[in-house]
Amino acid sequence: MPQYQEKTIVTRVEQLSCENVRITLKAPEIASCCKPGQFVMIRTSVGKDPLLRRPFSIHQADASGHIQIYFKIVGRGTEILAHVRVNEEISVFGPLGRGFTIDENLPTCIIGGGLGIAPLLFLAKEICRRKKKNCGPDLIILGGRTLDEVEPLVNDFREVGIRTLATTDDGSYGEKGFVTDVLKSVELAPNTQVYACGPEPMMAAINDFCLAEGLRCQVSVESVMACGMGACLGCNRPVGDGKYVHVCMDGPVFEAKELKWNL
Amino acid sequence: MEFVKENHSGPDLRVKIGSLHLANPVMTASGTFGYAREFENLMNLHRLGAVIVKGISLFPRPGNPPPRIVETACGMLNAIGLQNVGVERFIKEKMPYLDGLNVPVIVNILGGSIEEYREITKRLEGVPGVAGIEVNISCPNVKEGGVAFGGDPQMAAAVTTAVKESCSVPVIVKLSPNVTDIGLMARAVEDGGADSVSLINTLIGMAINLKTKRPELANIIGGLSGPAIKPVALRMVYEVARSVKIPIIGIGGIETAEDALEFMLAGATAVQVGTANFVNPRASEEVVEGISRYVQEEKLHSVREMIGALKLDPLRNH
Repeated sequence: MPQYQEKTIVTRVEQLSCENVRITLKAPEIASCCKPGQFVMIRTSVGKDPLLRRPFSIHQADASGHIQIYFKIVGRGTEILAHVRVNEEISVFGPLGRGFTIDENLPTCIIGGGLGIAPLLFLAKEICRRKKKNCGPDLIILGGRTLDEVEPLVNDFREVGIRTLATTDDGSYGEKGFVTDVLKSVELAPNTQVYACGPEPMMAAINDFCLAEGLRCQVSVESVMACGMGACLGCNRPVGDGKYVHVCMDGPVFEAKELKWNL
Repeated sequence: MEFVKENHSGPDLRVKIGSLHLANPVMTASGTFGYAREFENLMNLHRLGAVIVKGISLFPRPGNPPPRIVETACGMLNAIGLQNVGVERFIKEKMPYLDGLNVPVIVNILGGSIEEYREITKRLEGVPGVAGIEVNISCPNVKEGGVAFGGDPQMAAAVTTAVKESCSVPVIVKLSPNVTDIGLMARAVEDGGADSVSLINTLIGMAINLKTKRPELANIIGGLSGPAIKPVALRMVYEVARSVKIPIIGIGGIETAEDALEFMLAGATAVQVGTANFVNPRASEEVVEGISRYVQEEKLHSVREMIGALKLDPLRNH
């Protein structure tokens, strides 16, 4: 599995809402080999503070050698990153981790909540490519607290060619409610592969639903991490019996039923 | 020191730690470099002076619950809790690869009792590829061992002697900065038979989340590392250099060749690159390259001229 510490160039910065930003980077080495669900570690400063790289899932990657990240400003690192300008150089390390497993013979349901939508566009595009655009039975459900978290991305998903439903907690966009409400209201084929990424309670609820319905479910989880490559051992997550997995190497994508959902 | 002239083109970067000959003074700090294989596609492992692997205990340890790390100003706190595969699996699963590297491998060990340190050392004795042992008496993140040995000169000396008696390779003792007089600790382990001391391990620290009113780490306290601790580390290396005759390995916030050379001026014979490996997987190799350039540019006969070459007379104004 090739990994690169690549000097990338910012080619586009999109302020999708007051807190959510999407950045496009010219990163030919990483773009050439990354898979949906994998992530990169980005240095937000050239100095000593902030010191550590920040993990970001790959939002999109394309054959022209670009990758995209999509994030919310939550701290100093993301604050700095939100203010980069086109043509600036950024150090990106990746691709890292184990991505989604795709079986193009299965019907698919992709569910994203809030920032958890980030890795799913790349996934939706890859599924559509592998299915040669025969995505009739497939479904995407995007949710967020408010319109800001969902609306700016919905068109990108619709353009992929998979039916896309939207929901917000406050009803400011799409259906009012949670993604799980939508999930429970739709008919899914019994062999559907569910993919989910979002807040922990959302993924835990989807896991419960999938277990009850006998559906396969893969989730992408997040964690603080220092290195992203199995050296620091800082991104552990309990799986029961006092055992841990490491999000950077064993994940970030896991079979939902294998994780311990501690809420 | 006996450094036979060799027919090689580059500058002379060789140093000696006890009977251990290193091609250059740069090692990777334990716990920041996995078992080296993690870095094989990201850098040239063969450029390193030595590899020090993640601390090994007699039995496997699952480590602490999350969150285990948190970033702080110019550094990070960790409370990994010495997660490792245990000495048996280490020998079976990790050592064959490490033995294949053309670089000395130093195994960092940790025990809960003097007997345990002795047991681990005996298991490692004679294992192909083990070039040295670094004794961790200073981990702040586990209940047993760590503090008791790292803060008590007699206990530290006893552990050192037990390890030294149980192996034929050089023994390095990694010192804790969380003591009143690190020079005293260094002398104690030197008297106990240590071939070298490495310092500093992490400084005990804490971070609190105001929003949740909780500690940031599940372990509550953790070890501070990174550029934030470099001034403390330099001071301690300087002090220890005045306390012992055995070679010192400097550790603490080293990111660049300049950092490493400062440690050598303070009295270090070699250095370890730690937290920087997380940010830049090539950091240790870049430190080697930078030292090599410095030795050439300054027209030094060898990098060894830098060891303890700190000038204490005041700089005259020109």
